[in-house]
Amino acid sequence: MSEAVSKPVPIPDALSEPFFAGARDRRLMLQHCTSCGTWSFPLRERCPTCMKPTLEWRAASGRGTLYTFTIFHQAMHPGFAAHVPYNVAQIDLDEGVRMTANVAGVDNADLRIGMRLEAVFESPGDGVFIPKFQPAAG
Amino acid sequence: MPNRSKGAIVGLGVTPMGKIYGRRSVDFAAEAIALALDDAGLEKRDLDGLLINANISGDMDPRSQMILGFENLTLINVMSAYGSTAGSMMQYACMAIEQGLANVVALVYADAPLTANRSAGQSYAGPHRFPLGGMVGLRAAYGNFGANPEYAMAARRHMHLYGTTSEHFGTIAVGQRAWAGMSPWAQMRSPITLEDHHNSRFIADPLRLLDCCLVSNGAVCVIVTSAAKARDLKQPPVHVLGYAQCAPGDNLRTDRHPAVETGAKRSGEIAFRMAGVTVKDVDTCQLYDCYTYTVLVTLEDYGFCKKGEGGPFVADGKLGPGGSLPTNTGGGQLSGYYMWAFTPLSEAVVQARGQGGERQVPKNDVVLVSANGGILNFHSTIILSKHASSS
Repeated sequence: MSEAVSKPVPIPDALSEPFFAGARDRRLMLQHCTSCGTWSFPLRERCPTCMKPTLEWRAASGRGTLYTFTIFHQAMHPGFAAHVPYNVAQIDLDEGVRMTANVAGVDNADLRIGMRLEAVFESPGDGVFIPKFQPAAG
Repeated sequence: MPNRSKGAIVGLGVTPMGKIYGRRSVDFAAEAIALALDDAGLEKRDLDGLLINANISGDMDPRSQMILGFENLTLINVMSAYGSTAGSMMQYACMAIEQGLANVVALVYADAPLTANRSAGQSYAGPHRFPLGGMVGLRAAYGNFGANPEYAMAARRHMHLYGTTSEHFGTIAVGQRAWAGMSPWAQMRSPITLEDHHNSRFIADPLRLLDCCLVSNGAVCVIVTSAAKARDLKQPPVHVLGYAQCAPGDNLRTDRHPAVETGAKRSGEIAFRMAGVTVKDVDTCQLYDCYTYTVLVTLEDYGFCKKGEGGPFVADGKLGPGGSLPTNTGGGQLSGYYMWAFTPLSEAVVQARGQGGERQVPKNDVVLVSANGGILNFHSTIILSKHASSS
């Protein structure tokens, strides 16, 4: 057996540190504008809706709906070679933000657009955690 | 009668395409420019404008104008709206010519991402293109490499909403391959069937190998000047009647749906109005076809059929040879060559001139060119014709 190559691990930077710190604490942290009340993703200094510099980090519900997905068959990175085919999905969060992530805890054949999902947190390594989604309980 | 000419295409250069290794983008560019000058009957010194399409390799920078040996250019830029850039370049070239800021402008796309030791997919969208810092690193962490998964998700959304099927996509692929068989420039010329499409391996389900474009090393150059100057040149002029852009924004908000409602709609409305023609006047479409799905959704957004009816619209094979709406008659990016929107633009010039030989469409008065970039985040439209009104 050759040594398995790991999946790539994101390297948090100054702007994204609150997101990754939240994921370590099993919370989905996103930016929320205190001026216009909209949530946004990915990360910015200014709100993309009202352009005011009034974004604050807030825990999102982590709940959403499957908007669309693909089953990806190409092993583009050796860390995924043992995992193809795997899903990549877009999740419409209840806060109005669409995230791309993987859906865990369900066979690819059972993925359905419109299914309710909730965030779950996994570590690809190096102590970094990332949100994924799984079918919502209840 | 259509509206007046906004500029005229007088030269076209297309280099050999595909797995041609060991040459730089800029050297392909030089070859395409030389071919286009010969085609137009112009000399290098006649060019005073150069617009370069930024490429995936990132090696066509503004200094290319010096490597290419130009002097005293009065219009020079590297432009990017990703795959939709050709339409933007055409727009700026025509405006500069109309304003007297340049007389003869070369528009160039050149890229050489393919190398002998990497697959096409790895060359174009391998991990080397995906940094790990910050939120961008999430893409690699989720294994979301390149455009294939993103367009697959767009296609699946359309299938979910409207009942579009893989067979609909396959019909597009089969038709374009039949066209490619008649193009000496096309990389993939062997005919395919719907069954071949169905049996081709999944790349990103629902998209199969035969739903996805090629990757090509090569270059295309298109030379643009005024309608007045075009009259004295070698080739029949191809007039630019209309052009427009529309960037519908990102898809990261739940109230936006560029995956199924693209910038073709707004960009088309503006360009058709400028051209003084309607979608009913279009004789042949040259549509950006990074994936079969892109063709289908673009036809809907231009108004060839209603939103959601793209699948049934293409199902009778009307886009293929002998069909009522000949589309991507050089094989497109799926079977011809992948030069971003210089693929549809180059074939449009051939068809508008009437130089398509075996693949020439019977009626070529109005040619529609679409260009699409990002994950359906950018769009541009060009409307071409051998006719233009004199005022």
